[in-house]
Amino acid sequence: MEAIKYVHEQLKTGNDVPDFRPGDNIVVSYKIVEGAKERIQQFRGDVIQINGTGATKTFTVRKISNGVGVERIFPFGVPAIEGIKVLKRGKVRRAKLYYLRELVGKKARIKEKQRR
Amino acid sequence: MNGLIGKKLGMTSIFNEAGKNIACTVIEAGPCVITQVKTEESDGYEALQLGFAEAKEKNTPNPMMGHFKNAETTPKRKVVEFRNFDLDGLIPPTGESGEALEITEKSLGSVLALADVFSEGDIVNVVGTSKGKGFQGVVKRHGFKGVNDATHGQHNRQRAPGSIGAASYPAKVFKGMRMAGRTGGDRIKTRNLEILKMFPEKNLILVKGAVPGHKGAYVVIEK
Repeated sequence: MEAIKYVHEQLKTGNDVPDFRPGDNIVVSYKIVEGAKERIQQFRGDVIQINGTGATKTFTVRKISNGVGVERIFPFGVPAIEGIKVLKRGKVRRAKLYYLRELVGKKARIKEKQRR
Repeated sequence: MNGLIGKKLGMTSIFNEAGKNIACTVIEAGPCVITQVKTEESDGYEALQLGFAEAKEKNTPNPMMGHFKNAETTPKRKVVEFRNFDLDGLIPPTGESGEALEITEKSLGSVLALADVFSEGDIVNVVGTSKGKGFQGVVKRHGFKGVNDATHGQHNRQRAPGSIGAASYPAKVFKGMRMAGRTGGDRIKTRNLEILKMFPEKNLILVKGAVPGHKGAYVVIEK
């Protein structure tokens, strides 16, 4: 375990990821390759889980697109991520927001955290 | 065949130049001590015997204690022989004062480190003992398909093997017929794994893909 932590430490990229938590509304900009061309696509949604540790840590972003729920899992430190922007801080009471999958419409909203 | 003895530590993943996420296994490889040098004259073939991982004296049988004493080293838990260890291009092992030595009878007890044998990008085979799975049916053990829903109404037919042969001729079940039984715990060699990264200061290598055995299992890495 120690050795794996050491490996993760060595492999750490200087990739700057802002601090965000489950329930936050974020925009992930990531590069996609179309043939020879490269362009940046954005994925905006709520973070519903942060999973794993070290080099295998991932986060899942969920959004409703044309009435269909879409989820994307991104590893932290994937080189394709150009940047992450936090738009809203959500007020939630658990770490994994799987319950949102069962909810539609107004019920699927997350309350915004009030800054003090 | 060159190689080292190592210990499987676990799995992780890294990103390659193309940005692809690649699963890999972390192995603690070496340093290994030369415990015996076999030569054409004395043994009929060329080989190098290596030892890895410290053992307690009370857990080492007397004959092995003598063997390690001859090699002027401490008792080791794992001892493996590598036939025709190719010494060309190998960085010679270093003696106590750090001087380069030729591999002879006299190099007994000298240490082969990770960087002496492997480099990044090498293709290696990894030999280990697979995880024991106990008594398993034919679906898990031999990859049979089962009959799924074509059970003809029988309640426990779904993972059954089907027929195991004809009747009064040959009137027996052929040897080697694949059936249920003890699964796993076999010696398995996974071939052609790439060394993605090395950390010689901690004796760690990252090998692409999975490797047989549980965490903490001893494996042999051959080049």
